[in-house]
Amino acid sequence: MNKHRHSIAFWAGVAIFLVAVLSMTQIVRNEYPFFAGYVILQFIALAVAWSILGGYAGYVNFGTNAFFGVGVYTAVGLFKATGAPLVVQIAAAAVIGMLLGFAVGLLTLRMRGIFFSIATIALAIIIETFVMNWRFVGGAAGIQLQRPPVMAPFDSYVKMLFFVQALLAVTAVAIARYIQNSRIGRGLQALRDDELAAECTGVPTLKLKLVACMISGALISAAGAPAAMYLQYADPSSAFNLSYSVSALAMALIGGTAHWIGPVLGAILLGSTQQLLAVTISSEVNVLVLGIMLVLFVVGAPKGIIGLLRPRYRLRAGGKP
Amino acid sequence: MTVTAAPDAPLLQVGTLTKTFGGFTALDNISVDIRKGERFGLIGPNGSGKTTLINCISGALRPQVGSVVFCGEDITQLPPHLRARRGIARSFQIPRPFKSMTVLENLMVGLDFAAVGSSLPEEDVAMSILTRMGLASKAGASTDTLSQVELRKMELARALAVRPKLLISDEAMAGLSSSEVDEVLDLLISLGEEDITIIMIEHIMQAVMRFSERVMCLDAGRIIAIGAPAEVMANKRVQEAYLGT
Repeated sequence: MNKHRHSIAFWAGVAIFLVAVLSMTQIVRNEYPFFAGYVILQFIALAVAWSILGGYAGYVNFGTNAFFGVGVYTAVGLFKATGAPLVVQIAAAAVIGMLLGFAVGLLTLRMRGIFFSIATIALAIIIETFVMNWRFVGGAAGIQLQRPPVMAPFDSYVKMLFFVQALLAVTAVAIARYIQNSRIGRGLQALRDDELAAECTGVPTLKLKLVACMISGALISAAGAPAAMYLQYADPSSAFNLSYSVSALAMALIGGTAHWIGPVLGAILLGSTQQLLAVTISSEVNVLVLGIMLVLFVVGAPKGIIGLLRPRYRLRAGGKP
Repeated sequence: MTVTAAPDAPLLQVGTLTKTFGGFTALDNISVDIRKGERFGLIGPNGSGKTTLINCISGALRPQVGSVVFCGEDITQLPPHLRARRGIARSFQIPRPFKSMTVLENLMVGLDFAAVGSSLPEEDVAMSILTRMGLASKAGASTDTLSQVELRKMELARALAVRPKLLISDEAMAGLSSSEVDEVLDLLISLGEEDITIIMIEHIMQAVMRFSERVMCLDAGRIIAIGAPAEVMANKRVQEAYLGT
């Protein structure tokens, strides 16, 4: 009964949020809020998607940038080859991200902990090198993109992208929430605590890890796909920038990974701080602030913001109650 | 497809099992049948291959040679979780609780993934198992607040949540006081009375003697004696293996 009521509250919240986002695009004239808001929404999607594998399953993926870049370049390649619309670009990016997730999932057969993380970094470098040498999408020099005409009811492309990214973030949150409340979530939590004990208790650990990798990968690549149109430009060193990995990880950890709301809070907090600093001081100082906040949280609140707010989640996140 | 075994067929048939790690032979041509409902004791000095044998039965390890047949079905190549679903559950020599969960949630994992065909709500089933194990008051507690004996019991409770036909207890009494040993032993014996077949690995001889209907002693990966507990204890080779020559 209680669960049912929570569901109603959640979907009502989602509806209100999307209506608010949509009406904002219709009312607000200035494009800057959408430009900045897009980035925050993108980080919500990334942090939530990251935490499905990194938080629930405990496999720390340092290759968020690999999935992100693959999303960007799937969109770029498809757009250049066929002029496919944004929706198709995003769908294709999700499919490719899912396939890449499957490959990463197979890595978990042999690698755990730090070794898994290092392997995901290596993966990002391999794919980036490949894209750098792929002439069709501009190679290392990058590629300029001409945005197609904007669709109604939007009057600017950035506003449309803002709405699209809001949909992607909501999708990521809804999926993460579903996993958390289902037996998949319990199975992932069990295998994060102890993989052998989980297997011997009936948890199909390999299958669940593959599912987590594929969903997480698909969501990250999908969130990356609109980035090319957002910047009207793509180049390998920004699309595969390690800062996406660091940010997604830091936001999820600072928010707390025991509940889907954690990465959302982390992304809002860090994303808006970064946007603010980029305007007031410089975009270089972002990384410094990110690092300092991560250190502060790891020392002061290892279970993140939600660990501070709700002591119950400290247990679920693996600490003492 | 499930194969229905003949009524008098053994529950578990281990056939010519050999497991080597590099050049070291941990199990050497082990064959043993375990009857349905049997209370089976497994003993042997440290490093004799007891845990390797049950790892091969529960699926944590795959043998190089030989087969494991459970309820008439060859399960040698199955991963552990599929064996758990067929009714093989185990505890670990060193307790391995799911640390981020409460005691009750630990049991829910088995109920969610391995137990089939219960009409009762999962939480009720989990609570009834915990009550049975004397852990009802700890249902909502984090596993790192449990004492050693409570952890051992929780491991057995989690194994029971899988609804096992075969329960393997790997030194569930190690490090417990003598009254605690009796407590855990009584629990295991009462489970045996409910048609759960139990393989118990143990170093505490009084416990093995009291519990087992049949005892097998391993030494250096080979079976050196198998039979009634008193017989095995009186065996000269068993005494040599334990005391040294």
